[in-house]
Amino acid sequence: MGVYKWDDKQIEVDEDGFIQEPDQWSEELAKALAKSEEEIADLTPEHWKVVNYLRNYYKQFGVAPMIRKLCKETGFELKYIYQLFPSGPAKGACKIAGLPKPTGCV
Amino acid sequence: MTSIIPAPDLLEDATAKLTCYPAKPKDLRQIALPLARVPNWQQKAIEKFAELLRKYKSLQVYMDICARCGACADKCQFFLGTGDPNNMPVARAELMRSVYRRYFTPEGRMFGAAVDAYDFDEAMLQKWYTYFYQCSECRRCSVFCPYGVDTAEITMAAREIMASIGVATKYVTEVVAKVYQLGNNLGIPPPAWIDNCQFLEEELKAQTGKDIRLPVDEQGAQVLLVAPSADNFANTNTMMAYGILFHALGVSWTTSTYCNEGGNFGLFLDFQNLKKVNQRIVDAARQLKVKQIIWGECGHAWRAGILTDTLNGPLDFLEVPHPVHICQYTAAMLKRGAFKLDKTANDDVRVTYHDPCNPARAGQLLEEPREILRASCNHFVEMRPDTIRERTYCCGAGGGLLTDEIMPIRMAGGKPRAEACRATGANVMATPCAICKAQLPEVMKHWKVDCEISGVHDLLVKAMVL
Repeated sequence: MGVYKWDDKQIEVDEDGFIQEPDQWSEELAKALAKSEEEIADLTPEHWKVVNYLRNYYKQFGVAPMIRKLCKETGFELKYIYQLFPSGPAKGACKIAGLPKPTGCV
Repeated sequence: MTSIIPAPDLLEDATAKLTCYPAKPKDLRQIALPLARVPNWQQKAIEKFAELLRKYKSLQVYMDICARCGACADKCQFFLGTGDPNNMPVARAELMRSVYRRYFTPEGRMFGAAVDAYDFDEAMLQKWYTYFYQCSECRRCSVFCPYGVDTAEITMAAREIMASIGVATKYVTEVVAKVYQLGNNLGIPPPAWIDNCQFLEEELKAQTGKDIRLPVDEQGAQVLLVAPSADNFANTNTMMAYGILFHALGVSWTTSTYCNEGGNFGLFLDFQNLKKVNQRIVDAARQLKVKQIIWGECGHAWRAGILTDTLNGPLDFLEVPHPVHICQYTAAMLKRGAFKLDKTANDDVRVTYHDPCNPARAGQLLEEPREILRASCNHFVEMRPDTIRERTYCCGAGGGLLTDEIMPIRMAGGKPRAEACRATGANVMATPCAICKAQLPEVMKHWKVDCEISGVHDLLVKAMVL
């Protein structure tokens, strides 16, 4: 367990830097996480399209979406999502979107 | 024959600092384990050790019989990859044997370190926690032991003892807790499971033009399929392949939202959770009044699955034979000529087969996946004989090691498999295990082998004429 600090705020994160309370996510936090965790200087509209889809899906279903569905719904190929989020959809994009880290055989 | 990668120079403590994150109280609470290390943990651990020795005569034999000949030493992918002497199976087991001697043999009680008998103290516990979680319980070493010592059983016993005093990993306990809460390792709630199935049905319609179903909670279906939940999340080609398979056969089937997981992480933790996780499969089958349970493409699920009659039986409400693995089922259907196949559909594929450790060494599943691949593909190549079948190398992340904080161990352990694959020139490696399917793409990328990972049934349905 640890604490992630940005601007003058802080939030509890797990060992891998995923926030523990998805409700405490904010756009400012996403921007800060993108910079410090994924070396993304600015979140473009394409980044936000992925982040917003992940958040909306999570709000509805309580889990991250299938990667196949994420690609279909955003219209982005998986390769392009890796370009946007170098650590990939589960570890990179989910972290910035404030979702818990997927567990199990993935 | 020398091994696929040469035995490394010894590097003392090379991986001594690579440990899994410790379990969290929120997960331990769900799985009936102490929430933190118990106060009198040394005594409790030795009592548990004594209990296991009484319960499993095999463990007693494995403690006594090892001659330390070293035949196993260079057979473990984690030793070959890391050079840490504690990753030699004999040395890993010695961590437990030295404690056994200290507390359970007269010479150990009297002479201690002089006869390699050591206290179960903090330093020893840390070694146990580190190195028994750098073993994937794959049993490759056991194949080469002249005495037949099953080192995986030793790892399992060590983990069981640690679990009983509140010492376990976050990765394994979190997954078992999710199974009790939501029915599967990934924590997919029922509405999301149904949504996933509907989405894949639409994908199947777009691909094939046919109404191929992925049924959920259908009472009275012939078959309950228990696949790894990762198939309905990441390995979607395999999930869709199940649908095509049953569609082609005209067999009614279903998944269950109470138990949409074949995988059994209890196997990586302790007996009570192994049994409890597996019980869910039987309960789901009874609830849905199915006639058959078929295990999907999951390695450790099958290792637990073949024990179902003993663990959770009798299974007298099911048709015989049981239990059934999907590769056995499909291979039997192939023999009956149940499918129309056009192998040329896979002519872009030069495929090799990776035997997951559990089906190969603990599940009697060697021929059937190969029969399916040969029937589906014109270009099937085997890897070196000392790296396949019962001598297969683990992918490097079985046994509860598929967690990112020990990535260097995972990549080191995956190296023999990557090199054996490289030598074949295959562009696809098929394997019926979700852990292998998650681990091997990372391994291939890390060791720069240009090969995709696929399910076995993915290739079958690609060749299927519907």
